[in-house]
Amino acid sequence: MSRTPISTGSEWTFELIREYDQEIGRIAHEVYGLDTYPNQIEVITAEQMMDAYASVGMPLGYHHWSYGKHFLATEKGYRRGHMGLAYEIVINSDPCIAYLMEENTMCMQALVIAHASYGHNSFFKGNYLFRSWTDASAIIDYLVFAKQYISECEERHGIDAVEDLLDSCHALMNYGVDRYKRPYPISAAEERQRQREREEHLQRQVNELWRTIPVNPHYHTEADDAVRYPCEPQENLLYFIEKNAPLLEPWQREVVRIVRKIAQYFYPQRQTQVMNEGWATFWHYTLLNHLYDEGKVTDGFMMEFLQSHTSVVYQPPFDSNWYSGINPYALGFAMMQDIRRICEHPTEEDRRWFPDIAGSDWLETLKFAMRTFKDESFILQYLSPKVIRDFKLFAIVDDEADDHLEVAAIHDDSGYRVVRELLAAQYNLGNREPNIQVWSVDRRGDRSLSLRHQRHQGKPLGESTNEMLRHLHRLWGFDIHLQSLDGNRVISEAHIPPRPEPEEERLPKFDLNIPPI
Amino acid sequence: MSYVIDRRLNGKNKSTVNRQRFLRRYKSHIKKAVEDAVGRRSITDIEHGESISIPNRDIDEPIFHHGKGGRQTQVHPGNREFASGDRIARPEGGGGGQGGSQAGNSGEGMDEFVFQITQDEFLDFMFEDLALPNLVKRQLTGTDTFKPVRAGISQQGNPSRINIVRSMRAAQARRIALGGGSRKRLREARAELEQLRLDHPDDLSGIQRLQEEISALRNRIERIPFLDTFDLRYNLIVKQPTPSSKAVMFCLMDVSGSMTQATKDLAKRFYILLYLFLRRNYERIDVVFIRHHTSAKEVDEEEFFYSRETGGTIVSSALRLMQQIIEDRYPPGEWNLYCAQASDGDNWNDDSPICRDLLVRQIMPAMQYYCYVEITPREHQTLWHEYEAVAEHFADSFAQQQIVDAGDIYPVFRKLFQKRMAT
Repeated sequence: MSRTPISTGSEWTFELIREYDQEIGRIAHEVYGLDTYPNQIEVITAEQMMDAYASVGMPLGYHHWSYGKHFLATEKGYRRGHMGLAYEIVINSDPCIAYLMEENTMCMQALVIAHASYGHNSFFKGNYLFRSWTDASAIIDYLVFAKQYISECEERHGIDAVEDLLDSCHALMNYGVDRYKRPYPISAAEERQRQREREEHLQRQVNELWRTIPVNPHYHTEADDAVRYPCEPQENLLYFIEKNAPLLEPWQREVVRIVRKIAQYFYPQRQTQVMNEGWATFWHYTLLNHLYDEGKVTDGFMMEFLQSHTSVVYQPPFDSNWYSGINPYALGFAMMQDIRRICEHPTEEDRRWFPDIAGSDWLETLKFAMRTFKDESFILQYLSPKVIRDFKLFAIVDDEADDHLEVAAIHDDSGYRVVRELLAAQYNLGNREPNIQVWSVDRRGDRSLSLRHQRHQGKPLGESTNEMLRHLHRLWGFDIHLQSLDGNRVISEAHIPPRPEPEEERLPKFDLNIPPI
Repeated sequence: MSYVIDRRLNGKNKSTVNRQRFLRRYKSHIKKAVEDAVGRRSITDIEHGESISIPNRDIDEPIFHHGKGGRQTQVHPGNREFASGDRIARPEGGGGGQGGSQAGNSGEGMDEFVFQITQDEFLDFMFEDLALPNLVKRQLTGTDTFKPVRAGISQQGNPSRINIVRSMRAAQARRIALGGGSRKRLREARAELEQLRLDHPDDLSGIQRLQEEISALRNRIERIPFLDTFDLRYNLIVKQPTPSSKAVMFCLMDVSGSMTQATKDLAKRFYILLYLFLRRNYERIDVVFIRHHTSAKEVDEEEFFYSRETGGTIVSSALRLMQQIIEDRYPPGEWNLYCAQASDGDNWNDDSPICRDLLVRQIMPAMQYYCYVEITPREHQTLWHEYEAVAEHFADSFAQQQIVDAGDIYPVFRKLFQKRMAT
């Protein structure tokens, strides 16, 4: 085959970017049949990249000091050369927006196009979590709405009031998602129209809930008081607050809602890090290699590409200075490659472990995996003994009751399944975040809100808990109680405002000093 | 299918607002850091940005998370020597359980969030809430500050200032004026035509002549433009000079032999701070530098800060020179007069009462504010005591402070120029 590379130098031009994009797109769509949103590739400067960084991947966000903090940190790291900027940022929107940095070479730009504009893009469009939880076509509109709304609030109610509210909402952001219920698609055009109606409607409902004048005294029975509210525990704290907090103003409820919606938008990304990066890395690797096989890029291009590819998928061992957990790029890429290997060249072991995919069409299998899983289930389903061996994975158990750490499993026959299960559990957001739910509201009494924390494997809450309860208290407006349970046993309690230790209980009391029979 | 967009020319400072929000929130931290920095820096270095560090726990964004304890399992890569069931002593500090949490506590506070502020921001924080006191005399200087004021209507101007009502009115007037004659004739011709048709319906040539005249008149009226450049009227805005305050600051520095290099350095630092403050906050202010030993001399900035000439001490020489300059160039009726004097307090004994006399009788009545900084670790000298007598007379406009070491300069400076409540 004759080699006619698209370009030979390392300088990029807009024509070249278009040409590479066309070639990569052709291979992605025609050869491998990837389904993507249209692409919008934006070339930006390093400063703009820092801006994009600071707004945590939202193309436009409302103003908040925490983004300023991110920005300062990024700026400092970059200026001092401690840290390179990410090569790319990609936004789950339709069209899918990917940023290329002006400083990069042509090779890097091509890599980013393959990685972001075809890898991530097809993942956003295909994966079930993104399909059912986010609406790519409306997110930009919604962010515009949110930004406007919040700056209007700042004008009307002052920067401080809005900032305090956002602080509290951000703190609870991870508890602002529906895990099981599919949300309505975020639609900005309606959002604006409906927002006012919603304000009024919501307030009416809340008023109903907290009304102190009985509607009809005959209807009020003892049973009413006995019924716990809410009757089921609620895991979406922000939603509960938005709908039920007694003292919030309508605009405050709307702000809570905005933060909740944004949390929901990012929720799938937090659950598919390994898969998403693995998929994108797999595809930049596959697409650029295909480009090379067709003779469209030079050897020098490939050397540069492989150099950055290998550094991206490098996994430092646990005792290295650079070790900071498992590199999602490395694990994801290795697993994707491994699935292809199992399909194309299955070994005897693979046939035993993966009878249904060994020898099947790799492209279909891989796409099925991409569409149907999240990190936890993906690892549980596809982590093969070979990858465990390659990574030399081992599991450590650190039990409070034991003065030693114990190696629970390593990469051997008896350990594969254990390692796989434990690693999958590690990516389960439900295990990673403490399980805290709204338990009850004292509707007739002091309006206090009680939460329950169900301990996962005996793990207590971290030291930020009091701070967090203060944030909850700010939103709810009345006392907050938090019980930490292990099974049915209450281990500890926390209260905001703090409850003074009842003096007399510590004194011996004669009348209570009767042994229980 | 794909769009490639060049966004490099778009604004790059999207995060500016967020950055300012951050600075706003942590103002008190930054201010403290700036104060520390001012004390620490050398003279020439005062005009740079500064890196500010804030303890991490203060800017933490909390979330609910698991604490230490319970049963934690973790999968790691890169196993070399472990086999299933191996028991490993819990590593110090990093592990978990009781020991770990203590290590975590003591480690806290080590981590600081560090970031840079620019020179501008640095100076803003440094001079925040400071002002020259008693800045009251305002004069029409006729040069520097203007206020735009409406001054009627003009025929020239730029399009953004078009006065639509007046333009349309002018257009209508012009249309009436230009078309008046024709319209009058038109009315007459119509009446004639009517009359002719009644009286002589068979005078076809007469009727036709009149009809032609009517249509010619109509054409002429229609050709008058609706709006002409001639009609356009603009709001006229003129710049009106506004009264602005003129101020002069006299910097009096003692360079006598008793001032050691260290004291001089302190004095210079004080003046540099003052100079920066004035330059930054008051665009139009005159600064007069006077250095003195036994005799006083007016010098320029360069010489004031860097000349090495020295001698004995007669403070009143500087005061006399200042008074002379005030008489010559800065009539107190127009100028706000300020003076900052720095000395180690050493003076010829019989000169100090003269100084007091000069101040109380002649200088202070015209002064807006006079501050005296004594740079000495020792007991106060006669000059200080004499000045205390001055302070009694002019409590509102006379202040004296003592500086012992570099750390005092900024606090003393702030004390002297603290913004006062308007009375």
